[in-house]
Amino acid sequence: MASKRAKIFSITTIPGFTTLAIITFLVLYAPIATLVIYSFNGGTSVAAWGGFSTKWYAVAWENSQVQEATLRSVFIATLASAIATTLATMAALGTTRRGKYKGWNFIYLLINQPIMVPEIVTAVALLIFFASIKVATGYTGLGYLIAAHSAFCIPFAYLPIRARLEGMDLTLETAAGDLYARPFTIFRRITLPLLAPGIAAGAMLAFVISLDDVIITEFVKSAGQDTLPTYMLGQLRRAATPEVNAISTALLVLTVLLLTAFFVLSRKRD
Amino acid sequence: MTDKTSVDVRSARKVYDATSGTVVALDSVSVQIHKGEFFTLLGPSGCGKTTLLRLIAGFESPTAGEILLNGTDISGKPPFERPVNTVFQSYALFPHLTVRQNISFGLEMLGRSKDEVARKTNEMLELVKMTAMADRKPQQLSGGQQQRVALARALSPEPEVLLLDEPLSALDLKLRKEMQHELKRLQLETGITFIFVTHDQEEALTMSDRVAVMRDGRILQVGNPREIYTRPVDRFVADFIGETNFLSATIDGKKVRLTTGDTIAASGVEAHTEGAAVTLAIRPEQVRVGDKGGLAATVAETVYFGTDTHLHLTLGDGSELVARLQSPPSGEIGLAPGAKVSVSFTEGAVQVLEQ
Repeated sequence: MASKRAKIFSITTIPGFTTLAIITFLVLYAPIATLVIYSFNGGTSVAAWGGFSTKWYAVAWENSQVQEATLRSVFIATLASAIATTLATMAALGTTRRGKYKGWNFIYLLINQPIMVPEIVTAVALLIFFASIKVATGYTGLGYLIAAHSAFCIPFAYLPIRARLEGMDLTLETAAGDLYARPFTIFRRITLPLLAPGIAAGAMLAFVISLDDVIITEFVKSAGQDTLPTYMLGQLRRAATPEVNAISTALLVLTVLLLTAFFVLSRKRD
Repeated sequence: MTDKTSVDVRSARKVYDATSGTVVALDSVSVQIHKGEFFTLLGPSGCGKTTLLRLIAGFESPTAGEILLNGTDISGKPPFERPVNTVFQSYALFPHLTVRQNISFGLEMLGRSKDEVARKTNEMLELVKMTAMADRKPQQLSGGQQQRVALARALSPEPEVLLLDEPLSALDLKLRKEMQHELKRLQLETGITFIFVTHDQEEALTMSDRVAVMRDGRILQVGNPREIYTRPVDRFVADFIGETNFLSATIDGKKVRLTTGDTIAASGVEAHTEGAAVTLAIRPEQVRVGDKGGLAATVAETVYFGTDTHLHLTLGDGSELVARLQSPPSGEIGLAPGAKVSVSFTEGAVQVLEQ
């Protein structure tokens, strides 16, 4: 009965479904495919094909500005995702390890604020806020970028960790306590190992989000603090060569790898 | 309290705050559980049996009253300071640890030496016949095997008391019967006090030294299985443990007068005053059906159960009675609805309920 119903109302029977699906995927992936193809362009244009070559990868690899920006991006993303994941883990424990209390929804909203508030608003707010700190302290280092990245990465780390915690059987912690484990030992021996895939997934997502950020970084960075994405934006404003395609493709491969790891980890059940 | 008392629950009360006011889960319960005893808390869901178990384990603290273990008040102690272990209904085996690591967890937490942990864990694996599976993860085991690991894990630290929260309810019938024997064997071999929670009256009767029947946060009766079955204190206990016929009657001298006008012998008459209205409990297997010499009754229905046949009877005044008769080899009891019969009771089978 149920399967019969499903057949009658199946969306795949709507005329043109297959065509529409193919068009949707084309629109989604054709630009990315073009980007990847032109990263192997032997010519100097991002639009006119000049034969196959991997020379732009070599150019990008040897470009000291690209090297610097890449290292800076990775440094910021590593620190920011570590800080965000730690805070997100604590927030997730705090919001799942006790009953729903008054104002719970409000706290949930606060934690996920960076997802809800338009990024440009956060960017402007941070620009003004950090400017006054810069004036007051004279500090102009990478700390601002790290703090900003940590903040907007929190919800991305929080969501997979919370999902993992909510799926965890609380009786396991009770059982550990019954078997003479003290609260901190329970956390270390039971909760943390079971939570690890969620934490790793959260950290990876946070890392990718940080690595990818343009808007907030563009507003917060001081002179000489270009990350890879802001460097690429700067390059495109001047002359676009397939070097940008090559960097983008490398970034794409890295992101796909990390996100695949994220999905594998967040699906892990034991 | 005596030297033989293991757990002494004194007027324990537990009240929960709910959105619609407070809920009394446990209403001033007092009970003494002896050392080395297989003690069962029996009752329907919501009767407070699991709450009482959680109070003893230390997962909850009593709103009032105290709980003593070997004469010492443990009400204020956290679970990890109580020499009491629990077998959970869901088993709650640690999924990231192997069978061996699960069983040794408690011993490690107690800070036992490596040698002792290994030796004791091997002993426990032997005891529950899981040595071959020692390096598997819990999810690679069947329900019955997980159950045995949960038992071994709780027994390995050699607790004073083992608490079992409906541990057999997730198993199928055949496995449940096997595990009942297994549990009883483990209890006899280890000599540890077992407190077993169940809603299954058969489980309670077959396994326990003593049973406490609970309802609405109170203990109604404590006794050994035979006492509980043959001399239930009230209608609820009589009905919850096995099937029972209830007949209204009044005390008439040393006998009771039924609503049909007949007088019959009954035990427990002396607890009531002359003329008092009482309820009689009679087990269906103690009802005799013959041709003459008893109460006149009419067969209303016969229900065939294989080994037994249940005969639904109507007495002269319309009150109903069920007789359980052993089925003859042919399976045909030879009594059709409408047949006139004569009903009598085995001596001592008619019980006047106290309340």
